[in-house]
Amino acid sequence: MTAELSLKQIQKAWHGTLKAYVTGFILSALLTAVSFYLVAEKILEVRALMYTIAGLALVQAVVQLVFFLHLGQEATPRWESVVFYFMVVVLTIIAAGSLWVMNDLNERMMPSMEERTKGTFHD
Amino acid sequence: MTNSLNIHHQDTLERYPDTSFPDIRQDTFSKTTLGFWLYLMTDCLLFATLFITYAVLHIETFDGPSGKDLFIMPTAFTETMILLCSSVTCGMAVLAALRNDTYKVIAWLAVAFALGSAFMVMEWIEFNHLVQAGHDWTQSAFLSSFFTLVGTHGLHVSIGLLWMLVLIIQLFCFGIDVMTFRRLVVFSMFWHFLDLVWIFIFTFVYLMGAI
Repeated sequence: MTAELSLKQIQKAWHGTLKAYVTGFILSALLTAVSFYLVAEKILEVRALMYTIAGLALVQAVVQLVFFLHLGQEATPRWESVVFYFMVVVLTIIAAGSLWVMNDLNERMMPSMEERTKGTFHD
Repeated sequence: MTNSLNIHHQDTLERYPDTSFPDIRQDTFSKTTLGFWLYLMTDCLLFATLFITYAVLHIETFDGPSGKDLFIMPTAFTETMILLCSSVTCGMAVLAALRNDTYKVIAWLAVAFALGSAFMVMEWIEFNHLVQAGHDWTQSAFLSSFFTLVGTHGLHVSIGLLWMLVLIIQLFCFGIDVMTFRRLVVFSMFWHFLDLVWIFIFTFVYLMGAI
């Protein structure tokens, strides 16, 4: 059994620094501004724009996880990181699976607009 | 057979000396932050399911307005920046707590509280406009999923604001000690997490809705 830590020990073990917060803030603000600018000015075509801003959001998520939530900076054994990566796996399965099933269902159940107007859709 | 297994077992023992197992992080601070991290991860899955519901339903506008007609981009952008600033000021409060500067901690938390409140007021006004115009959650599947997703985030932020008030009172009464420092750190994790979720709401709901 490990003894309880004193306030000093806890503060020493904590990994936040001013540099990390400022870096995270500048990067996040920049990434948000870039996404907003890209959409406002509509520089890219729709599909490319969608992928670009989704990518920028993911990058910003990583920035905030590293600089604000200190992911992967805890003492070993890295339980926080292990749980995080497991969560990502579960999230990916839920997200990809649901979207796949629902899109497939929509495609099979609903006639598209042109099929409906042409009358080519039968039950 | 038994013999070879034994040898193998001893090999692993030698390669991984007994320093990291049993876990050295058995103190209350480590256990609390890990426990709260576990909660945040489950909350992440909750938001993920709401995001997917929105992704599936956002086209089902039932001949009502779509995101393109309803969302006001400058408002969403301002909300994003306000919440980011609130997140960072909360980090500043933890940094001040490292130097045992109770009044600076309270001051930074007060700024974070003001920014968080500004965010909630803006969201409240936005929701109010939508409902007043008749575009409430009963109008279409798109609006149901929109209000559920953004509303759940707003509920989290509201609870966070209440938590921040309680924390400020505790810091005022007890100063920085083992207990209040632990609570401050746990709160900062919650607050940073909410900002992280909002990034995805801003991108996948507001920005993609405007394209």
